Amino acid sequence: MSESEAGRDMQILDTAPGDEPLGDAEHAEGLTGYIVGLALATLLTCVSFFIAQTTLVWTPSIPVALTVLAVAQMGVHLVFFLHITAGPDSVNNVMALAFGVLIVFLIMAGSLWIMSHLNHNMMPM
Amino acid sequence: MGYGFWIFLLSDIVMFSAFFATYAVLVDNTAGGPGGRQLFDLKNVGLETACLLLSSFTCGIASIGAQQHRGSWFYGAMTVTFLFGATFLGLEIHEFAGLVAQNAGPTRSAFLSAFFTLVGCHGLHVTVGLLWLLTMLAQVYAKGYRPDILRRMLCFSLFWHALDIIWVGLFTVVYLMGAAS
Repeated sequence: MSESEAGRDMQILDTAPGDEPLGDAEHAEGLTGYIVGLALATLLTCVSFFIAQTTLVWTPSIPVALTVLAVAQMGVHLVFFLHITAGPDSVNNVMALAFGVLIVFLIMAGSLWIMSHLNHNMMPM
Repeated sequence: MGYGFWIFLLSDIVMFSAFFATYAVLVDNTAGGPGGRQLFDLKNVGLETACLLLSSFTCGIASIGAQQHRGSWFYGAMTVTFLFGATFLGLEIHEFAGLVAQNAGPTRSAFLSAFFTLVGCHGLHVTVGLLWLLTMLAQVYAKGYRPDILRRMLCFSLFWHALDIIWVGLFTVVYLMGAAS
């Protein structure tokens, strides 16, 4: 290990958590990424608002279409605004995100499932 | 990227999912009162969405400005972000006041209680985000683009983008599905 490297390591060890300098991967990506993200998000939002109010499509399909569009837009936000990528430096973040999505799914689907069964078994009022 | 702050954001999203689940369970329990179809004004929601999306974009520009130490980008974009965020908040408060005025406040039905809790909680997050934005301006102004300040700026931009992600779920589940059903 060269002297300068050792010096840099000492500097990193010497700082409090959260005080270490930003790594290269943590710098915001260029303007292009944000512009692409804004364009995609605007497009998806416009389609969502259009689908919700149109009579052109089969009505029961509207909630499904809206859900798909919302998930797509969340993906656009994650990739272009929050810079969650498949790269090796964001493995931990992606794993934590996957766990979070699992918990969110369990809470939402579980609540709806259980409560619809309870409603079904209620005495008619 | 700030792993600890990322964990906080995910826990915040898990908390919101509980409010979303509550809302989805209670959405039909209007107790004879008005439902989403009568109450929601999609034009207002569209404006709110545009404000929040544009503020998310300008927040990204501000974080580029901070990392490249470009004052005009940072201060300009942060100011625009604040204005869009404040406009969003103003539209939401206006909407809430209108609902309460037409006797559709949070005490009217279980549906409206869940609605005000969910949307109000997001509005509260935006309020906190705006205060944080002002302190970031002050910190950069007083201390410059130091690494620790830049890390705080990174955390702030993550927080602000996450609020926009939650709003995507919100306008889809609450407003668009409510108006379409």
